[in-house]
Amino acid sequence: MHAQLNAVIDAFPYLLFGAVNTALIVLTAMGIGLVIGVVVAVGLVYGPGWLKLLLSAYLWFFRGVPILALLFLFYFGLFSYLNIQINALAAVAVVLGCTTGAYQANIFRGAIMSLPRGQFRAASALGMSDAAAIRSIILPQALRISIPAWSNEYSIILKDSALAFVIGAPEIMARAQFVASRTYQHLPLYLAAGLLYFLLTWAGVSALRKLEHKVRIPGYSGEEQT
Amino acid sequence: MLTLSPFYHDLLDALNRGLLMSVALIVPSACGGVLIGTLAGTVRAFGRPWIRSIVDAYAALFRGTPLVVQLFVLYYGLPNLGLYLSPYSAAVIGFMLCSGAYQSEYVRGALLSTKKGQYLGAQALGFSTWQTLQSIIVPQAIRRAIHGCGNEIIYLIKYSSLAYIVTCMELTGEGKTIATEYFRFTEVFAVIALYYLVLVSLAMLALKKIEKFLYIPGFGRN
Amino acid sequence: MNSREIPVLQADKISKSFSGQRILNRVSVNLKRGEIKVLIGPSGGGKSTLLQCINCLVLPDEGSISLAGAEVDLRNKKSLYQLRQQVGMIFQDFNLFDHLNALDNITIALRKVKKISRTAAEQRARLELEQVGLGDKTDLYPAQLSGGQKQRVAIARALAMDPQVLLLDEPTSALDPELIGEVIAVIRSLAGKGMTMLMATHQISLISTLADEILFMEAGVIVEQGAPSQLLVPGCGSKSAGFCDRLSELADGECRC
Repeated sequence: MHAQLNAVIDAFPYLLFGAVNTALIVLTAMGIGLVIGVVVAVGLVYGPGWLKLLLSAYLWFFRGVPILALLFLFYFGLFSYLNIQINALAAVAVVLGCTTGAYQANIFRGAIMSLPRGQFRAASALGMSDAAAIRSIILPQALRISIPAWSNEYSIILKDSALAFVIGAPEIMARAQFVASRTYQHLPLYLAAGLLYFLLTWAGVSALRKLEHKVRIPGYSGEEQT
Repeated sequence: MLTLSPFYHDLLDALNRGLLMSVALIVPSACGGVLIGTLAGTVRAFGRPWIRSIVDAYAALFRGTPLVVQLFVLYYGLPNLGLYLSPYSAAVIGFMLCSGAYQSEYVRGALLSTKKGQYLGAQALGFSTWQTLQSIIVPQAIRRAIHGCGNEIIYLIKYSSLAYIVTCMELTGEGKTIATEYFRFTEVFAVIALYYLVLVSLAMLALKKIEKFLYIPGFGRN
Repeated sequence: MNSREIPVLQADKISKSFSGQRILNRVSVNLKRGEIKVLIGPSGGGKSTLLQCINCLVLPDEGSISLAGAEVDLRNKKSLYQLRQQVGMIFQDFNLFDHLNALDNITIALRKVKKISRTAAEQRARLELEQVGLGDKTDLYPAQLSGGQKQRVAIARALAMDPQVLLLDEPTSALDPELIGEVIAVIRSLAGKGMTMLMATHQISLISTLADEILFMEAGVIVEQGAPSQLLVPGCGSKSAGFCDRLSELADGECRC
């Protein structure tokens, strides 16, 4: 028992540093995903037919291909083919960002479509342009409704980030592997890694719950008011 | 008849081999996951408090940690305890346990969202508890759960690619080998992406057909 | 009437408490065959709980239930199932099975509980639906039916079981005013056929024209009991009369039936 505990305790600072990298990857990816998600969602709901088709194809691709295959395709394939110099961490963030962007677009689209039609009509009746209506009326509501689903997406991306070690990014799994291969204490180290992910999930979800509370509108449910 | 270059010949050979392994991973894992999920979900919905906490803990653990970590623990970690699993077994067990945890969430939700009035109506007619479960609760719960459970199986199709990290050579694994050999990553993985897209699209179509078959007008909108 | 002096339904000194609060306090009701008794009173008075204690959807803390003279063993699951087969219940919220169409809502109980064959069950179900005026709606699902239609299917479902007594828990309270009439018409025809009924309702027309006896419940106790000819005489000052007057005011402009 001693050897195992020692191995984990010794390695913890090293693992924690990996956790920082994991957090960086996840935050960047979620950020990229948020931007892509909002833009694509608006396009899917309000855009012309050809745009909807294009964006649907984007969704189909990034929700249909496994992340592992995407990582290989982009990092070893496309990026080197197009001579793009990018480090592993950034590459993972970009790939995850595009993937979560597709899922987030779907979430936001659902949220926008669930709003009563009267919201947009009232905005137009007041003389707002479509863009202003979307920006000031539709999105603030849709984004609030989406927070729980977004929180779910966060925990999914956090877990998917564990694949980053496959292309050599120095995050939690890569570091755990490194120490394990030297100390042979595989089980305790991977359990410790699992614990780190668990803590990161919990921290993120709690923070998002606080955010949800902070931006809450009294009595608001997003649904049709009768 | 197209004569394929040796590269494409090798590629398709390898990928089809990998595809077979992928299917061999997905099918048992999906079935096992649904089984575990149904059992766990039912316990989590209706079980006694003590057994409910145990199963809730199982679900929280396997939903809260990455599948990658779970596979590592099963394949690289268990040998520390003297337990050696083959790559295939480690992958399938890992997929079953992980998928089961997510499935239990959908099953539990479906069972608990049965309106109380449905029970009352059945009881008032003289249905026994078992009959109520069989004729009223289960048929309704299946319809509520099918979308989530079906989607979970589609996720499984994608996550089967993780078998690569425990050295089980399925579609992605074979692809990596070939791509490294010929150093043509873009083409290899473009084709692999296509394979997965076809698999996933077929699965989504099947799910839509099943949902249509089970459809009842107005059901599900409480 | 004298050869049937044993009441069809006898509920004796029923008491029930929920989280420390006494909802029913030693309430007794009995019904002779063909009698129609109506429970009225303010909300929270215990009417619903009493009905649910009679068919044991809610188990009474104290008291006994007897059907046609035979006391029901309240601790035996099988005897409870038997009791419910003989006592029909109509709910305020209909409680039709959402995943079955109108016909199957009726046949499922006949097949699973009474173990009747599918063809016989379907025949019976069609008959019952015809009798409530929904013979052409057999294939529709609850979500496709109006409130009044749903309640009529619920009544058909209960009647198909050939109950000895029918319990009705505010059968029209969840209905839009223009749909109340069709349900009241069905209840009237049941009364005409001699069905024994115990009904909780706010519908003034049912209270004044159908009831053989009115029971006014307040705070878990029956405070007034008597025939409409006694209790509803204008100016008699009974609680029932006061309550019904208030109901009449509220119902002004709504269903006149």
